[in-house]
Amino acid sequence: MTMPPAGAKGPAPANPGVIATSGAPGNPLRDPRDRRIPRVAGPCVMVMFGVTGDLARKKLMPALYDLANRGLLPPGFSLVGFARRDWEHEDFAQLTYEAVKEHARTPFRESVWQQLSEGVRFVQGAFDDDAAFDKLAETVRELDHSRGTGGNYAFYLSIPPKSFPVVVQQLKRSGLSDPRPEETNADGYAPWRRVVIEKPFGHDLASARELNDIVDAVFPPHSVFRIDHYLGKETVQNILALRFANSLYEPIWNRGYVDHVQITMTEDIGIGGRAGYYDGIGAARDVIQNHLLQLLALTAMEEPVSFDADSLRQEKEKVLSAIRLPRDLSQATARGQYAAGWQGGRQVIGYLEEEGIPQDSRTETYAAVRLNVDTRRWAGVPFYLRTGKRLTRRMTEIALMFQRAPHLPFAATDTQELGQNALVIRVQPDEGVTVRFGSKVPGSAMEVRDVNMDFAYGESFTESSPEAYERLILDVLIGDPPLFPRQEEVELSWRILDPVEEFWAANTKPDQYASGSAGPASADAMMERDGRAWRRL
Amino acid sequence: MTIDLTDTTTGAISSALTEARRRLGGQTTGMVLTLLVVTDEAAQYDAIRAANQAAREHPSRILAIITRRPKAESRLDAEIRVGENSPGETIVLRMYGPLGQHADSVAAPLLVPDVPVVTWWPENAPAVPSSHPLGVLAQRRVTDSAAAEEPRDVLTALARAYTPGDTDFGWTRATPWRSLLAATLDQPHPRLEAGEVRAEEDNPSADLITAWLGLRLGIPVKRTVSGGPGITGVSFSTAEGEITITRPDGRTASLGWPGRPDRMVSLHRRETAELLAEELRRLDPDELYSETLAWLDAPGITAGDPGITATEPGPEIETADSGHAEAQPEPGSADEKEGTETP
Repeated sequence: MTMPPAGAKGPAPANPGVIATSGAPGNPLRDPRDRRIPRVAGPCVMVMFGVTGDLARKKLMPALYDLANRGLLPPGFSLVGFARRDWEHEDFAQLTYEAVKEHARTPFRESVWQQLSEGVRFVQGAFDDDAAFDKLAETVRELDHSRGTGGNYAFYLSIPPKSFPVVVQQLKRSGLSDPRPEETNADGYAPWRRVVIEKPFGHDLASARELNDIVDAVFPPHSVFRIDHYLGKETVQNILALRFANSLYEPIWNRGYVDHVQITMTEDIGIGGRAGYYDGIGAARDVIQNHLLQLLALTAMEEPVSFDADSLRQEKEKVLSAIRLPRDLSQATARGQYAAGWQGGRQVIGYLEEEGIPQDSRTETYAAVRLNVDTRRWAGVPFYLRTGKRLTRRMTEIALMFQRAPHLPFAATDTQELGQNALVIRVQPDEGVTVRFGSKVPGSAMEVRDVNMDFAYGESFTESSPEAYERLILDVLIGDPPLFPRQEEVELSWRILDPVEEFWAANTKPDQYASGSAGPASADAMMERDGRAWRRL
Repeated sequence: MTIDLTDTTTGAISSALTEARRRLGGQTTGMVLTLLVVTDEAAQYDAIRAANQAAREHPSRILAIITRRPKAESRLDAEIRVGENSPGETIVLRMYGPLGQHADSVAAPLLVPDVPVVTWWPENAPAVPSSHPLGVLAQRRVTDSAAAEEPRDVLTALARAYTPGDTDFGWTRATPWRSLLAATLDQPHPRLEAGEVRAEEDNPSADLITAWLGLRLGIPVKRTVSGGPGITGVSFSTAEGEITITRPDGRTASLGWPGRPDRMVSLHRRETAELLAEELRRLDPDELYSETLAWLDAPGITAGDPGITATEPGPEIETADSGHAEAQPEPGSADEKEGTETP
């Protein structure tokens, strides 16, 4: 071995530079007791592919500005855009400026923008254009020189997966993917390279592996950051706090008390302009495989021995590997397609009438599935996952539904309106936690009815709580991986979903459901067979 | 909704509050703390405004405590504001006459049960915050030495009176600077020989940063006077030249490094609301502040004598620093404190 791999963390390779950027013992100004000083990324360049996309404009660029505004980006931080457009640096800076002005969370400050814009560059070219990538390499090296970015590059691939092979190969060919030997200084400090990829991580197990092989051939696993933006949300991280910082919930967080769990993510909008991406993918691959299974893993996993990346991912992988599908998938899954109807007071068209969708499309826009987690903690407790578009409202939540009290010392009429106790983690909107329990209705009669005890964390009105992408981008630049799923997790998730997709492809056609409704009747029937019901949207 | 109560009692205030909440639809947002703002008529508007802004991040019950006309007859007037573009509740309490000496008797029944209490003196910090009647009620006591006529004297007094839970906006204002300095030294750098902090004469944050650098780096750090605004620069001398951070305009800083181009970084001065929000984020004792304050008070620079250098570093600290600055092929090897020679 001639030099340590870039961006390495942990005990294996010697790489003091990377350790120092995350606040290592080497810097006397850092002290673990000092909770005021935020984690700040070290000097680096972010190279963004797919800069003209919605994600880049609405989320990534504003997030970068917000980070700069909060003083979390290093001096000299630079952003290089790469796209086919025939643009100058100024045109790209202008695009960034507009994106920031429109979408940034924190107030716009001219001085912050000035600082950021000085480091904005643009390289024009197609992905198969060798010269363009050589130009890109030249540009980032020039930035190392003029802005002191230290040869640390993060590549953000905000592009369709089909372009991954060519881009990744180009990064290799142009020498961008590996620090050159002369960049390793006398101290053994090698600059890092990191690559950020977005979902979809393939469309089944085989393609996920293929995709991983492509990236893996050029970047070592620890420099690959897979973004699941749900994991950047405060509320999702709060699941860990709720479960493992309290003594109140742990004793009841198991089959002894929990009857079943419902994890829901619904949207009120249709597919919008994403027909090309969405058709053939469908709700299950788009949402269940990543977001919902990640939420399930965080809800069902055992306590990690620490919150470092390895321990956390290990626990998630353990629980994902314990998930089993019911034998009869026709009884334990449901899927649907939105039909025309009224949603939120507006008349909307059905999925098959959307532009770019074939008349005979069998892609589902609603998917529900029952999963079993075969562990001592959860044996016999079904986890119901559902997601859909054009439903009643937009909502993401995790609901633990508790068993009814074994005996009710009340007259039957007194408790007619008493449902199941529930603990609901509301991920969005209106983030918080609800506990639902029975309470006596005031009056001379003993009548018990469900009431809510609500905790709405500052979130909904906290301008200061960061966007998921801010947190995640910062973690990439610092090199802090706990919130990013590993390839193993991706593969485990596909293992769970693939049989369902195969079953659907072979046997069913999505049921139509009216836009603005709560989903297809088959999904309700699926719950009814188990003697349960979906929570109202 | 605003409710005015004159010549009232805490019991009446509590009922009015319950009633107001009920009329607003029964919304009881989960308030995370009670903030006592000890202020006067002149300063109350700005202070309450800042507290309301901070309440967006930390929904709280804000009790503004104003004492008026100590010679008058005892009387309590209250102004309750709920549901006005800020989560939580604000109660402005005006105390007349001898009651002003017993403000704690009014505040205590109005604290939100079970959640922490923070007392903030936007001006006129008491000599010993932890024994002030309104400070006794709180886990966290926030003063602002910069608002005083003689900030250095106040800082010295605060250092001597320090009790875990005390904190000062002078320290809060130093956070962005400290953060940038720490980030700067995260990079491999030549061994630091001495440091200098340049700022306006009356700037407690600069004094604290000077003490902090001296304490943590174990090198002599000078505090010099410049025209401002605020802190205008920090520099370190090294064998290879100066590492400097200069901020002439109070907004953007420029980082100078020997042999490298200057880099700009945003470093703006923050609003009171932002300072308060930072203070409310963590309510446990700030040990770093206490150590820095002790260093400032004990051997370090003294008031009115900005040119004097900090004490000589102890040998362990110095070697710890050189150990970081030099080449270390094996970061895992535990020789960081062993005093290896700089090449």
